[in-house]
Amino acid sequence: MAWYVGRRFLQLIPVFLGATLLIYAMVFLLPGDPILALGGDRGISDALAERLRERYNLDEPFLVQYLLYLKGIFSLDFGITFSGEEVIDVMKRVFPVTFQLAVMALLFEGIFGIGFGLIAGLRKGKLFDSTALVLSLIVIAVPTFVIGFVLQFVVGVKLGWLPPTVGSNVNFKTLLMPAIVLGAVSFAYVLRLTRTSVAENLSADYVRTATAKGVSRSRVINVHVLRNSLIPVVTFLGADLGSLMAGAIITEGIFNINGVGGTLYRAIIQGQAPTVVSLTTVLVIVYILSNLLVDLLYAVLDPRIRYA
Amino acid sequence: MPETPTRPDQQHFFAQLDETPVGVVDSVDESAAPASVWKDAWHQLRRRPMFWIASVLIALIVIVAVFPQWFTSVDPRACDLANSSLPPSAGHPFGFNFQGCDIYARTIYGARPSVTVGVLTTLVVVLIGALVGAIAGFYGKWFDSLLSRVTDIFFAIPFVLAAIVIMSVLYDQRGILTVVIVLGVFGWPQIARITRGSVLSVKNSDFVTAAKALGASRASTLMRHIMPNSAAPIIVYATVALGTFIVAEATLSFLGIGLPQSVVSWGGDISDAQRRLRANPVELFYPAAALALTVLSFIMMGDVVRDALDPKARKR
Repeated sequence: MAWYVGRRFLQLIPVFLGATLLIYAMVFLLPGDPILALGGDRGISDALAERLRERYNLDEPFLVQYLLYLKGIFSLDFGITFSGEEVIDVMKRVFPVTFQLAVMALLFEGIFGIGFGLIAGLRKGKLFDSTALVLSLIVIAVPTFVIGFVLQFVVGVKLGWLPPTVGSNVNFKTLLMPAIVLGAVSFAYVLRLTRTSVAENLSADYVRTATAKGVSRSRVINVHVLRNSLIPVVTFLGADLGSLMAGAIITEGIFNINGVGGTLYRAIIQGQAPTVVSLTTVLVIVYILSNLLVDLLYAVLDPRIRYA
Repeated sequence: MPETPTRPDQQHFFAQLDETPVGVVDSVDESAAPASVWKDAWHQLRRRPMFWIASVLIALIVIVAVFPQWFTSVDPRACDLANSSLPPSAGHPFGFNFQGCDIYARTIYGARPSVTVGVLTTLVVVLIGALVGAIAGFYGKWFDSLLSRVTDIFFAIPFVLAAIVIMSVLYDQRGILTVVIVLGVFGWPQIARITRGSVLSVKNSDFVTAAKALGASRASTLMRHIMPNSAAPIIVYATVALGTFIVAEATLSFLGIGLPQSVVSWGGDISDAQRRLRANPVELFYPAAALALTVLSFIMMGDVVRDALDPKARKR
């Protein structure tokens, strides 16, 4: 087990280096001079531009810039944004918000997706099943931003049940609707995945054996069917935490949430390489770690899988 | 025969020795072509109404995309502010948007860029993904380690984010081709993983060993024997992915970094309409519904094809 985790961490290194290099290169290629753009129409004096370039290492060639940035990361120095704020302070401000949003979305899709998927799988071919399947297809087919705007308009503005925007007061109530919008598509996938998996496992030999032994129906379903059906679902959910945090960029824009998405979007437009790369790096790490966690969870769910 | 108590659902089976003459068993036509996976799947597909609904919808959407002028004689770019937000009238069944453009004509003409982006991106993604996945799975060893790590790297970078960065770099050359390139470059890892897994599972089959024994070269073993037999999951994923690429294009256009304003597209129209959602909701409804219907038909198609190809799903 320890050996397996260690090997996985070693595999993490090239992925980490490759992903940061790729992002850094892409931001480096962004057109325009970010320093000159800072001055706007009034322009910026040559001496000041020179000093700013030096400060952000922009006078160095690309590879040196990247290596200097990497060196900084290992001493937990993520650089400074163009407005003079430490990138790490920006991260401390925006990551908790997006993380809370993503976890709420994950809980929503996990609880409702597995719940509805289980019912649909148990009643394969019945009315509930077909309705759930058609509705989930529609949720997948309608783009997130359309769902977001319609919900915001209907629930937030027309009915007034939930606040339509988040702004500065971040709490459970304000984040509820954004979380549902963010998790909507994955909810549909989780539902379909659970449904297929449950329907398949229901006809498995071990279920028939358990029933024949006289195990109660609820125990057969909760212990035997559900536990075995959850393996692909857990894989999906684990991989989803990372994509939810990155995908929050649109949801955050619609509901005016000051999270990672909006900060990243502005940083990209302004060509702030350290900010973009640092935020992305954290996203990549979250993604890789949650995948690792999922692999370890396999062993809990499926006793046949053991990491020697 | 003793009378046994019978409950509903209970069946009794008795071996009928003389029912099947031995001759029938022996007279199997050995020269007939064996039923292939695809023939089998086609047999299943024909009976699914879902398959026919999806086929008709996809055919219709493709026709609209190729020949939009067959469906409307109104120019989608001929906008007159005098018509701003007018309700439906004769010849203009969906009414007008804020700029005074005919919503029906724009919805019809919006099909082409969406479908083009979807189809081209799927082609690019399948080409790159299948090539990388097949090489990694077939040649194994350090090829596999290297290519799998590269796949991991591209997989770990958030898709929307990478698309925003690249589209900002290529801002001045925005168009269908740039969107396809961006979506393609970051969309292939999933296909590569699926292909690799599929090739790995087929690689050790008896027919591959037979091909090797007969002296087939490595390349021809891969192309003629392994790839056709590992194509099924790739095709299923590609069909579903086509729909998601159309959504991704709409998302980029919505963010203002996808297709330029000069291209009539569903994503752009949705993004315009969203600002006036309170005043004129129909403006959002039609392009969004058209987009959803298109994506829906491709996902439905992928779904039924997967069911038809998977013997486990067929059982009951």
